[in-house]
Amino acid sequence: MKKIILSMLISLASSLPVFANTDAFVWDKAPNKLNDLGALQHGAKLFVNYCLNCHAASYMRFNRLTDIGLTEKDIKDNLLFTTDKVGETMKVAMDPKQAKDWFGNTPPDLTVIARSRSGHGGTGTDYLYTYLRTYYRDEGKATGWNNLAFPNAAMPNVLWELQGERKPLYDTIESHGHETQVFKSWQQVTPGKLNPAEYDEAIADLVNYMQWMSEPAQNTRVKIGVWVLMFLLVFMFIAWRLNASFWKEIR
Amino acid sequence: MAEFKEISPNAPLADKALNWVDNRFPLSKLYKDHLSEYYAPKNFNFLYFFGVLSMLVLVIQILTGIFLTMHYKPDAAIAFASVEYIMRDVPWGWLIRYMHSTGASAFFIVVYMHMFRGLIYGSYRKPRELVWLFGCAIFLALMGEAFMGYLLPWGQMSYWGAQVIVNLFSAIPFIGPDLALLIRGDYVVGDATLNRFFAFHVIAVPLVLLGLVVAHIIALHEVGSNNPDGIEIKAHKDDNGKPLDGIPFHPYYTVHDIMGVMGFLLVFTAIIFFAPEFGGYFLEYNNFIPADPLKTPLHIAPVWYFTPYYSMLRAITSEMMYALIVCVIAAAYLGTTRAAISNTLKTAIIGGAVVLVGAMLAIDAKFWGVVVMGGAVVILFFLPWLDNCAVKSIRYRPNWHKYLYVVFVIDFFILGYLGMQPPSAIGERVSQVGSLFYFGFFLLMPWWSRLGETKPVPDRVNFVAH
Repeated sequence: MKKIILSMLISLASSLPVFANTDAFVWDKAPNKLNDLGALQHGAKLFVNYCLNCHAASYMRFNRLTDIGLTEKDIKDNLLFTTDKVGETMKVAMDPKQAKDWFGNTPPDLTVIARSRSGHGGTGTDYLYTYLRTYYRDEGKATGWNNLAFPNAAMPNVLWELQGERKPLYDTIESHGHETQVFKSWQQVTPGKLNPAEYDEAIADLVNYMQWMSEPAQNTRVKIGVWVLMFLLVFMFIAWRLNASFWKEIR
Repeated sequence: MAEFKEISPNAPLADKALNWVDNRFPLSKLYKDHLSEYYAPKNFNFLYFFGVLSMLVLVIQILTGIFLTMHYKPDAAIAFASVEYIMRDVPWGWLIRYMHSTGASAFFIVVYMHMFRGLIYGSYRKPRELVWLFGCAIFLALMGEAFMGYLLPWGQMSYWGAQVIVNLFSAIPFIGPDLALLIRGDYVVGDATLNRFFAFHVIAVPLVLLGLVVAHIIALHEVGSNNPDGIEIKAHKDDNGKPLDGIPFHPYYTVHDIMGVMGFLLVFTAIIFFAPEFGGYFLEYNNFIPADPLKTPLHIAPVWYFTPYYSMLRAITSEMMYALIVCVIAAAYLGTTRAAISNTLKTAIIGGAVVLVGAMLAIDAKFWGVVVMGGAVVILFFLPWLDNCAVKSIRYRPNWHKYLYVVFVIDFFILGYLGMQPPSAIGERVSQVGSLFYFGFFLLMPWWSRLGETKPVPDRVNFVAH
């Protein structure tokens, strides 16, 4: 019996790393700022200003931002561009048909994008953190931009004025007789409004906001979970003693 | 029919009320038969928690399901949005939804453990064949329930998973394409499919499930529970006719099961509150993208609990068909040369084999893949008549039987793992060997289960007082 369970556990453990790494570009780990209200608010501001022009977040209500410490007045005064009701969802100003003409694709809804992009390379937040920091100039593309984490992305680098223009540098590595280009580092071509460290910080705030937006209840969920587990542990103890008191008469 | 029982007019009110009911409905009788005087073996181990846990999860799924239907919209245009509405705008909606989505996976975990328990202790053997058959039917209904429920969130995996599986039916010769059309209600998975799957998921299949669960328990309580020693406790009774190794289900197993339920809930709630996606296994990441009939995902994999069968489906390639044909011919040869049966039967075997091989050559391998996938579940129904071992429980079987069961479990896990992976040449080979082993385990059981020296079975159950 014990052997069977042990072997089951072993085979279970060996079956865990399910998602094989097939992506070429390694995702950076996004800093976790889910409990940093200031960062989330800054992220919300960036999101509304830079993303919401083309993308919608149509399941997210503006007044849900009160969960990250904003008042309805803050929201109304600073973040409402497309609507005047804080109870509205984050709809897009752009016509989806036009968007398709311009970018070849309707820009996806961003409400749960952070959850959908998780995978073998890390969490969806890691992916977004990497994606928004790996744009480079590529005159061969219609938008003039290309991306390392998502090659041939339809979206141009909308944050370029913050980041400036950068160029990837490659190492040439020879293995098994043929040469391959491996990404080495970035070279800043033109400066942006933010220096590289500030830009990373801003993107971290933005993607943490997107992570929060993908499931606004997540912080509450974890907080409640701790109490639920503590209750169950106490109840488990009681159940164990109750069981023992009944079963002591069984010989 | 029971006699009408008079009770003293001075009796306490509660007694009078119970007597009134008992004269009209067998309340006390049911309570005695199924709880206070249902004698269960005292040597149950932790594997015996999974029966009551299956029932608990069923109740969780039904209750959370009722609340989900209050806000869910089975309409292709707004289904995805209505799920996000539940997750965001419905008070505690996220909890109800996570309970339901985690419950689906938990259901399969507890049911697989429950079936494994039955498998190793011989709980399907005489006189418990019907208990096992009802159980297998429950498993089949559960698979249908899970498959149709998975379409409802209307994400990419919901959509394309359903598309792939329904398309399998079109591989059936002659009726296939029409059958697939009937299931979908359209030429592709669409609004009509979503609506009918919703109807099946929330009412039709749950009704069947509940009926089967009742039958499963009535049959169990008629014959009594098996135990890890595989001994009939009814063989040794005291002067009052109570089994010596049996104890009343209530209170002993009710308090015992509360403990098991708490252990289960600790794990279950830990997943709900801290890892509801469970690394993409319980909620697939791709399913957070709304269904798009124009964008096929690169890699479509069913949810983990279906992957062993999906693996077997993919293992049946046209190349594999030759291996299967060899198996059929070998079986027919052995059946006609080794078995002591009449000549008519032998002719029937040869005839059957010839027809089968002809069909295997004529019909596309995809169809046989579907047959294999279905057969992997259906074969479980025959288990009571495949096992010829002299003893029921694994405890008294030859040691190599135990190793065989270990290999079977590992094989099942490997098949499950491969079913999640994108197709690969080596994965295909491994899943082909794994599928052959899976079927060999069952189909050859009538012979291998007889081999080897069994250990002496004790008269009374092994029990160490707590």
